[in-house]
Amino acid sequence: MFVPLAQSLVFGLLVGALYGLAAVGLSLVFGVTKFLNVAHGELLMLGGYASFWAFTLRGVDPFLTLPLTMVFLLVIGVVLYKLLFAHMVKLTEEAKIQNTLLVGFGLSLILQNVALRLWTADTRGITTSYSRMAFTFLGVRFPIVRVASLGIALIALFALDLFLRRTYTGKALRATVENWEAATLMGIDIQRVYLLSFVMGAALAGAAGCLVSVGYSIDPGMGMSWTLKGLIVMVLGGLGSFMGTFVGGIVLGVTESATGYFLTLTYREVVGLVLFILVLVFRPQGLFGTKER
Amino acid sequence: MLKLSGINAAYKDLQVLWDVSIQVDEGELVALVGSNGAGKTTTLRVISGLLKPASGSISFQDHSLGKESAHRIVELGISQVPEGGKIFTGMSVLENLELGAFVARARKDKDQTLKWVYEIFPRLEERKNQRAGTLSGGERQMLAIGRALMSKPKLLLLDEPSFGLAPILVEQIFEMITEINRQGVTVLLVEQNVRAALELAHRAYVIENGRIVGQGTGEDLLSFESVRRAYLG
Ligand SMILES: Nc1ncnc2c1ncn2[C@@H]1O[C@H](COP(=O)(O)OP(=O)(O)OP(=O)(O)O)[C@@H](O)[C@H]1O
Ligand SMILES: [Mg+2]
Repeated sequence: MFVPLAQSLVFGLLVGALYGLAAVGLSLVFGVTKFLNVAHGELLMLGGYASFWAFTLRGVDPFLTLPLTMVFLLVIGVVLYKLLFAHMVKLTEEAKIQNTLLVGFGLSLILQNVALRLWTADTRGITTSYSRMAFTFLGVRFPIVRVASLGIALIALFALDLFLRRTYTGKALRATVENWEAATLMGIDIQRVYLLSFVMGAALAGAAGCLVSVGYSIDPGMGMSWTLKGLIVMVLGGLGSFMGTFVGGIVLGVTESATGYFLTLTYREVVGLVLFILVLVFRPQGLFGTKER
Repeated sequence: MLKLSGINAAYKDLQVLWDVSIQVDEGELVALVGSNGAGKTTTLRVISGLLKPASGSISFQDHSLGKESAHRIVELGISQVPEGGKIFTGMSVLENLELGAFVARARKDKDQTLKWVYEIFPRLEERKNQRAGTLSGGERQMLAIGRALMSKPKLLLLDEPSFGLAPILVEQIFEMITEINRQGVTVLLVEQNVRAALELAHRAYVIENGRIVGQGTGEDLLSFESVRRAYLG
């Protein structure tokens, strides 16, 4: 009884860290720009394929390509932003959400099809020499690749937190989240802040994708479900606290596996949506968000 | 120093400012008074570049502000304390002040300016590590002004700094504004608190329904029959 349950919760925690990482990127972009980029999951997919390619074509270790994957997605982020999102900066918050939803859906379809062309519909994964390694604690298996991914997600998160708290640019970003007009009156060029947050979100999606490709599997259609998870976690964690968002990811991961364990795997996917609705009804500011602005 | 000539401005189709001309000379403390919805805030938004006028020209020192973006205007030396302060409530008092010194021109002298601001508002130094959202109304207004001063403005725009404050605090804030002006910062003060503003200011403009309907020294306007009737009861 104990071991299978604990095992399933541990797997939930490990995958939850990646949900969290995906959601932090989404939430960063949304918090600053009010762009709801539903193609976030496809950016994550591109990150996954980038590291998959680097591994199969060049044999480069996925953990080594991670920074490169982030840079690659950052560049894609710049292009997408300039091409599709930059002109929406002046819109009202509501119009931004509506417009970005449309653009995002279109973009996700395009990226899915590009991925189909380039890599076919097959499910892929990276199998390294250490992929099957795991350590066991109290009978519970901890695959080292996934544990390392958790560690990397945490490092990324702490780096982001440090950046937001300690640097002038980070503070400008937080100021823009609170009140873009007041931020403008500080002399902050919010166009640049928007671009920066968008590409940082893309880079985080790239990192998450890379980690998914090594610990799990990737396919051209994976984006939608990752975007959905990101959205659920974003609402779960509450806007404004990235640590909260990350913990929200873990909450979702663990809840999913507990549901899979106690009920059946079919309910696994539904439970996130149930959580989503419960939080919206009973705690709209999110589990860790504060009401006051 | 600052000159608005024939400004017309609108929100979408609704014209709010009509042929507004205002001038502020270096070192002056000028008040812009008028009742609710007269267009005072809109005038300041136009100066700060948050709202681009439909026609008319704005110049500041040797620069034409018509095409400058809002963040560039701060760099040029105009800083606004917006209506209600709009401090960043989720950040500490110190972080708010640091953000005030965001522009390159101000950032290099940040520590020195901070000392100056703490001298004017000792309360802010006592509260520097506190979250700005926990400050009292008066302290928030001080922080908003202090934050604006951190950009080392040549011209300070104040939008109803007395709003919602107890009379004793209003007096204190106005004293501080006078002091800031005395130290060389040119001030354009928007107020509904007409009597106090007119007593304080060197010169003043009266705005009504988006039009400038009177101007003169504070004393002149105080004795002006129509102003007395409309604003001083
Ligand atoms: N964002 C906006 N969109 C549309 N109309 C606006 C907007 N902001 C202000 N107005 C309108 O413009 C007019 C002038 O408003 P403004 O805020 O400049 O007045 P004010 O003199 O600052 O008033 P108060 O003393 O109440 O702050 C008002 O009729 C107001 O309804
Ligand atoms: Mg106003």
